[in-house]
Amino acid sequence: MIRTRDLRMSFDTGRGRRRRPVDAVRGIDLDVDRGEIVGLLGPNGAGKTTTLRILSTLLRPTSGTVEVCGHDVRTAPREVRRRLGYVAQGGSTSRRARCGDEATDRGMLYGLTRRAARERAHDLFDRLDLGDLWERPTGSLSGGQRRRLEIATALVHRPELVVLDEPTTGLDPQSRANLWDHIRDLRESHGTTVLVTTHYLDEADALSDRLVVVDHGSVVADGTSDALKADLDGDVLTVRLADPSEAGRAALCLRAVLGHAFSPTDDGTLTGPLHAGSGGLAVVVRELDRHDLAVVGLDVRRPTLDDVFLTLTGRSLRDAAA
Amino acid sequence: MQLLRDATVVFRRQVRLNLRNPAWVLLGVAQPILYLVLFAPLLGPIATQIGVENAYTFFVPGLVVQMGLFGALYVGFGLLAEWREGVLEAERVSPASRGALLLGRLGRDVLQLGIQCLVLVGAGYAFGMDAPWSGALAGVGLALLLGAAGSALSNAVALRTRSEEIMAPLVNVVTMPVLLLSGILLPMTLGPGWLRSVSDVMPVRYVVDAVRSAFAGDLAVPAVGIGLAVTGTLLVLGLTAGVLAFRREDT
Ligand SMILES: Nc1ncnc2c1ncn2[C@@H]1O[C@H](COP(=O)(O)OP(=O)(O)OP(=O)(O)O)[C@@H](O)[C@H]1O
Ligand SMILES: [Mg+2]
Repeated sequence: MIRTRDLRMSFDTGRGRRRRPVDAVRGIDLDVDRGEIVGLLGPNGAGKTTTLRILSTLLRPTSGTVEVCGHDVRTAPREVRRRLGYVAQGGSTSRRARCGDEATDRGMLYGLTRRAARERAHDLFDRLDLGDLWERPTGSLSGGQRRRLEIATALVHRPELVVLDEPTTGLDPQSRANLWDHIRDLRESHGTTVLVTTHYLDEADALSDRLVVVDHGSVVADGTSDALKADLDGDVLTVRLADPSEAGRAALCLRAVLGHAFSPTDDGTLTGPLHAGSGGLAVVVRELDRHDLAVVGLDVRRPTLDDVFLTLTGRSLRDAAA
Repeated sequence: MQLLRDATVVFRRQVRLNLRNPAWVLLGVAQPILYLVLFAPLLGPIATQIGVENAYTFFVPGLVVQMGLFGALYVGFGLLAEWREGVLEAERVSPASRGALLLGRLGRDVLQLGIQCLVLVGAGYAFGMDAPWSGALAGVGLALLLGAAGSALSNAVALRTRSEEIMAPLVNVVTMPVLLLSGILLPMTLGPGWLRSVSDVMPVRYVVDAVRSAFAGDLAVPAVGIGLAVTGTLLVLGLTAGVLAFRREDT
């Protein structure tokens, strides 16, 4: 459904002597099969939006090949557009327009008759809990309602491929879950392919069949979330000390016994990987005890995607989203 | 034909949006009347001096061109607002032809300017303008073609600059000389030779002359042909620039 090879995008910024290129995408190979739901993850500025805009024919890539829905975005953009639904990161409706009109007009631009567009729009409004907002100007909606409206307008023409750029930003937990249901339902009932960017790891974890992590314009990981977590090798150990001021000494001690650095925090907790075959918890406890370091909490857990992300990009996704 | 169908969808959306803002619609109609009421009386006393019998027959055509062109030059600001809201991008990911996105908006502008011009001409008749209907309609038609050219150009500039701050002075730089040097307010024949020579290179002057001839009932004079040719050229230039701007990949 999507196939890119060595996709590159470089923007010109500044003028004259201050002119310099920004390499937003540096050689991305992305494959998405029909009916797949793929999550695209990455910190701010990683190149997610740029990639989606290229796939949606809004931007012409600097180099590389891009095939979407079986057509080249450069030579057959209209064929691509017909089959694709795009939810932009920044919104797509006019504040003055009425919700129902925006959705209907959008559908008509894809060749639907007014009646067909209205019917489908009504149906989507019901599914996305927008039922009674048909007559309202979009400027009067709450942020989350508006986001759902924008998603509805992008789906009126029943696209084969839906590309969503941070669709759940600003949605409350219930609306988020509702949207996930709807996205899964699109796949079940219409075989729709979905590419979605998000900053929420639980969302990527729960919704996607596969995750692609990008950083600085390149793919740094590609696989199911289980596979990515398994790659982390081992568990995550968190030690909470009784006396936070001892954190530095504890870090040295852990390094001596486990062979790698632990990052201490001000509140006296230390977190780091606990590799299989390192002697396990018993060694850690014994070693801490031997140095008279009182421990009030000890936690071993399976890695989350957040850990995966931290390991791959050196940044926590929460920091990235801030 | 897909172009027309898509353009109609865009056009209806735009007209609907304008109608949802009644204050704005009222202002659009009131503006030409204000011009007529507040400016034309100044012309009355000097009508004979500038060699015209009826000040309104002289002045209404100039106003028609001014409204047609100047109203159109500002539409780019509306397009920038749509761009900021992401509407333009949403339309550009649809398979609608890029030309339709422009044409639908031009249709809205021409409709609106047309209504304003008709109100103005109607008021002109009420004040005692002396012009044949057919000539007045032909004159309005020509002004609307000029308006379409201006609107296409304004859209093109808006998409190129993507900035209200750059666009505002640019529009001013164009409108000031056009207003002063095209004989819109007073006939250029009043001025000294050098001023007349400068006005000879103002394309809009020929459109003003043609519209004035039309209002005077002289449709078969060279001035009308020249005005039509100038307007046609401006329209082709404007449309080309506009379509190219809509086609260009976004940044
Ligand atoms: N039109 C543009 N002109 C210049 N630079 C751009 C342009 N668009 C994006 N960039 C740059 O390209 C890089 C990637 O931006 P992009 O919007 O793709 O990031 P992103 O992954 O979507 O980030 P976010 O999570 O913040 O949405 C950034 O450094 C950005 O500043
Ligand atoms: Mg983005």
